[in-house]
This record gives sequence, structure tokens and C-alpha cells, in this order.
Amino acid sequence: MSSAVDVDQKIVIDALAKNYHGHGGERRVLAGVELAVRDGEFLSIVGHSGAGKTTLLRCIAGLEPPSSGGVRFDGELVTGPPPNLALIFQDYGRSLFPWLRVLGNVTLPLRSAGTLTTRERRAAALDALAAVGLADAAAQYPWQLSGGMQQRVAIARATACRPQVLLMDEPFASVDAQTRADLEDLVLGIRRQFGMTVVLVTHDVDESVYMSDRVAVLGGTPTGVTQLIDVDLPPRRDQLTTKSLPLFIDLRTRVLRAVRALSAERKSGA
Amino acid sequence: MTRRAELRAVEFGAPVLLVALWWIVSEAAPRSLYFPPLRDIWAAFRANWLFAGVGTDVVPTLTGIGLGYAVSVVAGIAIGVALGSLPALHDFLHPLIDFCRSLPSSAAVPIFILLVGVGMEMKVAVVTFAALWTVILNTSEAVAGVDPVVTDTSRSYRIGRLDRLLFVTIPAASPQIVVGMRVALNQSIILIIVAEIMVSTHGIGFFLKNAQWHFDLTGMWSGLLLVGVVGYALSRLFLVFERRVLAWHRGLHGKAQP
Repeated sequence: MSSAVDVDQKIVIDALAKNYHGHGGERRVLAGVELAVRDGEFLSIVGHSGAGKTTLLRCIAGLEPPSSGGVRFDGELVTGPPPNLALIFQDYGRSLFPWLRVLGNVTLPLRSAGTLTTRERRAAALDALAAVGLADAAAQYPWQLSGGMQQRVAIARATACRPQVLLMDEPFASVDAQTRADLEDLVLGIRRQFGMTVVLVTHDVDESVYMSDRVAVLGGTPTGVTQLIDVDLPPRRDQLTTKSLPLFIDLRTRVLRAVRALSAERKSGA
Repeated sequence: MTRRAELRAVEFGAPVLLVALWWIVSEAAPRSLYFPPLRDIWAAFRANWLFAGVGTDVVPTLTGIGLGYAVSVVAGIAIGVALGSLPALHDFLHPLIDFCRSLPSSAAVPIFILLVGVGMEMKVAVVTFAALWTVILNTSEAVAGVDPVVTDTSRSYRIGRLDRLLFVTIPAASPQIVVGMRVALNQSIILIIVAEIMVSTHGIGFFLKNAQWHFDLTGMWSGLLLVGVVGYALSRLFLVFERRVLAWHRGLHGKAQP
């Protein structure tokens, strides 16, 4: 890879491999992953379960050191969780701290930046909560809220520090369909408002097409990026009209076919 | 009757019945040297503890418990957090700490008498030795067992070292730390009485032994009653603390709203 940094590329994943040492030897999860996330785009990563989507996201987030290759964020090699990047976990019930109230959960990460006063942190947190429609819930504990509301708190916590990149790991996997659709639109709205780069890991093909500018399909054993599909739907998405466009249906068929093909190949290969 | 009052009635019903029964039976029974009537024990209790002996015996005992327990909790949580965060240190020191915990603390009293004398220092040392290990072990186990999602969250949000300790690690570990603290409090009470019985010039334990030496059986019984009352009061106090500190934990598990 050339050392010159393309300004258009926010995150560059280069020949990334990840092995786990477990019982009975080494397990190769990712190998030769090449992917560039453009500045300001919404990229979804899909793949069958066990394809290593979460592992890839954890490598990007700096939570997991790669076995070889690397991830560059703004040209800098990622060696630990980088600033200007926020991660939303699948399991909000475990990633929100139950001993802190909603406001405390959102302000705690703001303390580490060290540049804001207590009053500014509080104001930023309340703004972020207002953006997800939870200004009234600041004084409550996360476990007093519904699942969808808890995930909105997690979104507020991630966006309060105004990250340049938002990573999401199956963020809507454990809420009901209606809440899921609401949360999808909420994230799209927040992304429009703050103009950040988003990387979403999901197993839901419809969701990946509906949300994204591009979809990366993971597959193979060990896993690599097998297809990159441009989603050239109009930028403004709508649950009803977008999802009934012929182009949407065509795109979801293409993504689904790519995921299915790889999953079938894996089954016959194994 | 409200639900709360009902619960109170159930809680205090058995003790009140038992005391009433004790009072009536000990009045009716032939006088025994070893089992004086409750009326006499109550008279002795009032004479000894309301409030003549409070300054000479109750205060030294409570001070010993308070100081020793405070040292155990503060040092125990600090050492426990260190051991829980550093697996190598944990593996190195765990056998030693487990050995000290398994040692009956009363066996260490003679050593402390030789080392620090028979005064308040000795009581504090004995209480600390009795309570410290339980707090360390519970804290280190809880810190090592903090949910990896919690750890990942604080890592990815780059929460500072001190913030992470105060607002993430210790609260996450607090339910089990509190369990250790509760056991440690019981051990503190037991061991201070043992130490005072073995050698001391003040304290409830000293009073008990002194009464025994002077064959003041009614006084002994009054001392025993006092130990019970003190122990019960301390555990109630601890319950208040626990409910405050772990309100979120009870709420999380659907037991009550804070």
C-alpha cells in the first residue's frame, strides 16, 4: 500500500488478518481483508453469522489487535481505541452502566476529553439526549427504560462527543420490528445532522440496503470482503417509499444472493 | 394494618414472644444460679449499660471495630482492585491471602498481643486481620469478573484511569464487594470480643470475662444481651448502607424501585 493518504478515505483496512488461539489450535477468522471507508459515507458490513463481522468492527475500533495487516484511521495506524470514533454495542443492557443514571452514562465519556467544564458536559449530554428524543429521561436509570429507549441512550452517548466516525455492531438486533424501523430513521437523521461517517455491522440485508451508501459483503473461510455493492438510492430514505422502489428490491436481491452464495459455499466446503 | 406494618409485626413477633416466654418461665421456675430470671438480667443490664458502662466498655469495643473495619475495607478494596486488575499479581499472592483467610483469626491474637501490646492498637490489628482477607478476596474476584462488555465500553470511550476506577470498575464490582464487607463486619464483631476476652482492660469482652471471674452471672448475661443488641444494630446499620449503595442493583433485578 502506498504511504500517501487519500483524503477521501477515512478508514483504510489493509491486508487485515485475525486469528484466535483457542482449544485445539488456531482459528483463522479474518484473512486478507481490504476495505476503504470513505469520509462521510454510510457503509454497512453484512455476512452470514460467524463470518467475523464483529471481529472486523472490533479491529477497526482498536479493541482487538490484528494478527497481521492493519487499520488506518485518517492515515494513522490504529493501535488502540482512537479519539473521534464511537462504538455502539449490540447489547445495550450490558454496555450502558446500570449504576449511573442516563445523564451520567452520557457525560462520563465526555469527562475523558478533558476540555469541557462540568456545565458544558451537562449541556452537551442534554443536547444529545434531546436529539434522540430522551431529554426527559436524563434522571432515570437505564434499566427503567424500554429496550428501544436504552439503545437511544447508547446512541446519545456515542454522539454526545461528536465523533467523526460512528461504528455500530448489530445495534438494533434485540428490539422489535417497529422500534427497529424508528431507530434506523433516528440514526439516519442524526447522521445527516452531524455529518459523520458510519460503519454498520448487521445481518439484516434489508437494513443494510436501506441505511447505506455502500454494502460490503463478508464471506469465505477465513473471511474476506467478497463484494462491494454501491447503493445508489436517493439520499433521503423512507421506510415505505424507499423499500418499495424497484431499485431497492433489486439491490437487496443482489446483496442477499452474495451472502447466500457464500454461506452455501461455506456449508459445502465444511 | 398496612403491608409495612405487617412486615414489622412478623419481623419483631418472634423475638417479642421469645422474650415474653423467657420472662414468664424464668419468673415461675425455681431460682438457679446459672440461669437468673430475666427481671434480674434486665436490672443488671440497666445498671451496667444504661449508661454507666458505655464509656468504659461499649465505646472502646465500638472504636476497635470501627477503626479495624475501616482499615480493612479501605485497604481491602485497594488491594483487591490491584489484584483483580493484574492477573500475574493475583496468581502470585492468592495462595498467601487464601492461607491468611483460612487461618482462624483468633489463633493470631496471641501474636498480635506480643507485637503491639494489649491496648487499642492490638484490637484494631486483630479486627483488621479478621476482616481484611475477605474484603480483598471478594473485591479481586469481582473486579476480575467485570463483564467484558463493560470493559470494552470504557476502553472504547477512552474513559480515564481514575474515572474508570471510580465510575466503572468499583461500581461494577460493588455487589460482590458489599457481600465481602458484610461477612467482614461479622468477623470483626466476633474477633474483637475474642481479643477482649483473651486480654484487655476495657471493652464488652473484658466485661464478660471479668463478670465470669467474679461469678457475677447476672452481669454476664447482661453482657451477652448487649453483645447481641450491638451485633444486631450494626447489621441493621449495614443493611441501610447496602440498600443505599446497591439501590441500582436491586432495581436492575426488579426487586424494588430506588
